Amino acid sequence: MTPLPVAEVGFAEASWVMIVKSLVIFAVVFAIIPVLTVVERKVLGRFQARYGPNRVGIHGMMQPLADALKLIGKEAFSPNRSVPLLWALGPILVVFSGVTVLAILPWGNVQEIGSGDVGLYGIDVSVGILFFFAFSAFAFYGLLLGGWASGSKYSFLGAMRSAAQLISYEISMALALLGPILIAGTLSLTGVVESQDTVWFIVPQIVAFLVFMVAGFAECNRAPFDLPEAEAELVAGYQTEYGGMRFGSFMLAEYLEMFVISGLAATFFLGGWMGPGPGFLDPLWMLLKTLALVFVFFWVRATLPRLRYDQLMALGWKVMLPVATLNVIVTATLVTVL
Amino acid sequence: MAAANERFPYLENADELVVVQRGPEPGGLKGAYRAFRETARGMKTTLARVFEGPKTVQYPEEKTPVYPRFRGRHKLHRFEDTELEKCVGCSLCAAACPADCIRVVAAENDPADRVSAGERYAAVYEINMARCIFCGYCEVACPFDAITMGHEYEIADYNREDLIFTKEMLLAEPLERNPLRTEDE
Repeated sequence: MTPLPVAEVGFAEASWVMIVKSLVIFAVVFAIIPVLTVVERKVLGRFQARYGPNRVGIHGMMQPLADALKLIGKEAFSPNRSVPLLWALGPILVVFSGVTVLAILPWGNVQEIGSGDVGLYGIDVSVGILFFFAFSAFAFYGLLLGGWASGSKYSFLGAMRSAAQLISYEISMALALLGPILIAGTLSLTGVVESQDTVWFIVPQIVAFLVFMVAGFAECNRAPFDLPEAEAELVAGYQTEYGGMRFGSFMLAEYLEMFVISGLAATFFLGGWMGPGPGFLDPLWMLLKTLALVFVFFWVRATLPRLRYDQLMALGWKVMLPVATLNVIVTATLVTVL
Repeated sequence: MAAANERFPYLENADELVVVQRGPEPGGLKGAYRAFRETARGMKTTLARVFEGPKTVQYPEEKTPVYPRFRGRHKLHRFEDTELEKCVGCSLCAAACPADCIRVVAAENDPADRVSAGERYAAVYEINMARCIFCGYCEVACPFDAITMGHEYEIADYNREDLIFTKEMLLAEPLERNPLRTEDE
């Protein structure tokens, strides 16, 4: 019997180190996510010439605590016509898919901490970006299951829209990442960052970067592609029947996914952890770049109106896909020739 | 419009021709460039709002100043020198009031202990703020300028009974809680 084809790991470590690392990454990111929610509201406020939340705590920074307490305190109801198990599974899958991708985001190179070397990332798998696509696509099972199992037409419509959106944008997203991968010659995310030693991939791959960001907005169901939850026509899409912390999980996943997409964009196009200063500053640079891209998410949300459904499809299939494909062909040709 | 008639000979009157202006055709390289340019322009516009700063007035802490002729809560007045009430209980304000929210009961002045400057005075003077529409007719009707509209507008309360303002409350100098606009504002 041949052994299962398991992905290679770039830098192997003791299992207890892995556990500590994952706990640290988990804790840090989950400390950032609530801050992101309030920062988004404040940034949106500034974009609209108002303050945003500023009553709870200093500058309203305790707002997420108040929100979370309120959500947790709510009754965990479920609609009569829902399919209980699948309905409860929806938000779990969505959060799960976001958290898993955190494992491969590289926060820094291998550092000497204490007696041994520690890689500043969850795990450096050789399949890297495929891992991301496998698990980010998982989120849509969550949305689809949640929407369908709610037993409500609005939820179902929102879920169908999110499925259509996934098909339209996942391909261009993968093709956009193919450009940097072709130049780097590796799927491993640390490998991609290391090959940006001389020049960040945003310079030769500006088209891929733009395509990736646009597809990223669609992946996160963020404005201007927030069709699955379109408040105006679908109430809240797949979230309509959810309440309490289940709804909170969807919100958490949305911000988590936004953070992950920004992190990936920083890794692939903005040189990841690269930056001046000693090695222990690497995670800081990575975080800075990620947050800068998260700001772009807020900025776009404050600016662009929601696309109509046919416009969304037209943009995905008629613009993003050809542009991404062309970019891959040109990159592949240049990489082979040069 | 002569050109229009050449193109549309069946049109008897050239004035009937409605020229519709259409936007540029979507799609193509030009369309993509236009969409990109306009998106960038929109992003610039919103970012400029960030640097302008918030316009919000943080209400309970900050207040928008009122104009001098703002019609807020009523005030009853006394003569400054003699401390006598200006109101003589004529009930013209109550007659002018379209909301019927003023109640005046007049009484004869005691020459030994005068309350008002005239023959009579208002023994009871009540304004029901829950009914008042702040039209200012009472102020106009008053022959002695005894009642005027003040600048206070924070008069909300929990009970309707508390909104009936008595003569003592209206005579008392109200707390000036609301800033007044300056002349040039």
